[in-house]
Amino acid sequence: MIAIDFLGAIGRLFLGFLQAIGTLSVFTANAVSHCVRPPFYFRSIGQQMLVIGYFSLPVVGLTAVFTGMVLALQIYEGSSRFNAESAVATIVVIGITRELGPVLAGLMVAGRVGAAMAAEIGTMRVTEQIDALTTLATNPFKYLVAPRLIAGTLMLPVLVLVADIIGVFGGYIIGTSKLGFNPATYLRNTADFLEAIDVITGLVKAAAFGFIVALMGCYHGYSSKGGAQGVGAATTNAVVSASILILAADYLITELFFSK
Amino acid sequence: MAVDTRIPKVSLRDVHVAFGPKKVLQGFDLDVMPGESVVVIGGSGTGKSVMLKCLLGLVTPDRGSVKIDGQEVVGISDREREPILQKFGMLFQYAALFDSLSVWENVAFGLTQAKGMTREEAKPIALKKLAQVGLGADVAELSPAELSGGMKKRVGLARAIAIEPEIILFDEPTTGLDPIMGDVINDLIVACVKDLGATAISITHDMASARKIADRVAMLYQGKAIWQGPAATIDKSGNAYVDQFIHGRAEGPIQVEVRA
Ligand SMILES: Nc1ncnc2c1ncn2[C@@H]1O[C@H](COP(=O)(O)OP(=O)(O)OP(=O)(O)O)[C@@H](O)[C@H]1O
Ligand SMILES: [Mg+2]
Repeated sequence: MIAIDFLGAIGRLFLGFLQAIGTLSVFTANAVSHCVRPPFYFRSIGQQMLVIGYFSLPVVGLTAVFTGMVLALQIYEGSSRFNAESAVATIVVIGITRELGPVLAGLMVAGRVGAAMAAEIGTMRVTEQIDALTTLATNPFKYLVAPRLIAGTLMLPVLVLVADIIGVFGGYIIGTSKLGFNPATYLRNTADFLEAIDVITGLVKAAAFGFIVALMGCYHGYSSKGGAQGVGAATTNAVVSASILILAADYLITELFFSK
Repeated sequence: MAVDTRIPKVSLRDVHVAFGPKKVLQGFDLDVMPGESVVVIGGSGTGKSVMLKCLLGLVTPDRGSVKIDGQEVVGISDREREPILQKFGMLFQYAALFDSLSVWENVAFGLTQAKGMTREEAKPIALKKLAQVGLGADVAELSPAELSGGMKKRVGLARAIAIEPEIILFDEPTTGLDPIMGDVINDLIVACVKDLGATAISITHDMASARKIADRVAMLYQGKAIWQGPAATIDKSGNAYVDQFIHGRAEGPIQVEVRA
């Protein structure tokens, strides 16, 4: 009896999972189709770009500078074990541009922007504002979802580019003030071994993460129900699912670029 | 009385709506002729708001037919529905104002989105509509969160009539208003129907308001329109349910279950 209950529970979970994938796929297809079809709400797109890009700068910048600092310390510690201290600058810049810049910025933006999107759209859902939009002959996908997806996908790469620079600068501060590197040498080591592909893969990742964050925020907000509690759950789900998807997508994109 | 051979503006036939096991509408019928003002009355939770949402496609009936200007709208695509929604204005029961926009932007929303006006063109019209519901220019720049319940309701009303729709749906237009303002709103609704030639469907619990704005009254009980007739005959309907309702008596055929 217990075994059957158990199997039944697993079955229901699995079916629920498949159903969620199905609704999410339909939502995504619908949302993307509205991103590429006019009319465009440039006002909303601009507003969202400001929220995602500009207002996330302090959080992402702080994350980047501390990460760069820690990275320099840790790599110095590790590389000094086999007399490779001179590699610190190079490893810091590659680590930041390829991996830590996009991933940490993505996670921070998921917590900041994804949560806010889910809360805002979720509140609009439970207070019938989305119904009101429809009634005023305005497609909510076009008006609410598409501007956020476009802004997320475009702005996260910009944010990550800034984070890359700040992160490298964090490493530079520690490298020159604490680890005794010559400033000119540190900068030369940073620039000489950096390849375009390092930065480009980071920016591609950033665009994907921006899309994921906005999609999860909109999707969970849009499908929220049941008052304030439902909006709270939507917010949590948006952040958790975006974070997990970011890490999974990070692996997939890395695999795509480097598996040769 | 001659048989009316015109096509009804709005026609609901045998409409069934259930939420899970809860049956809300169970074979609801209603025809509204062009330029007619119909008031739907009925107990709290009987499905009056749901009925209005069926007209707008916000709730899809499980069974039955909804026709607008003779065109079936159950099961049509979003794209086909867009021109139909342009005919509607809706006042939501809880106003459903967009809280990211100011009051006048809310009222102007339909003008800028559906009718393609610029903000500069739409603003004077929005201010005029706000004046019609007794709100001054000082209120126009506020955000909806700064308004009282009755003020929100009136902004919602201004938004619903701003686009001068062919069909206006009012969900409890006078609830939450003082008696004098309630009467101003009644006059406004009558004016919309008389001057603009709009067709109106209103829901109200306020019998004074119903008498004033209705050409015809329909009573919803247990998912059906159990009585309908000209507003003037409501006192001699000969229907025990209607009598109990309009006099607000606890005793009668409608049993409200109250458990201690
Ligand atoms: N989205 C929904 N999901 C589940 N049940 C719903 C939903 N919307 C409405 N209902 C149910 O349908 C019934 C009718 O709701 P509706 O809002 O139409 O009532 P009403 O007649 O407008 O009442 P009131 O006069 O209090 O506004 C209620 O019992 C409600 O619980
Ligand atoms: Mg209602």
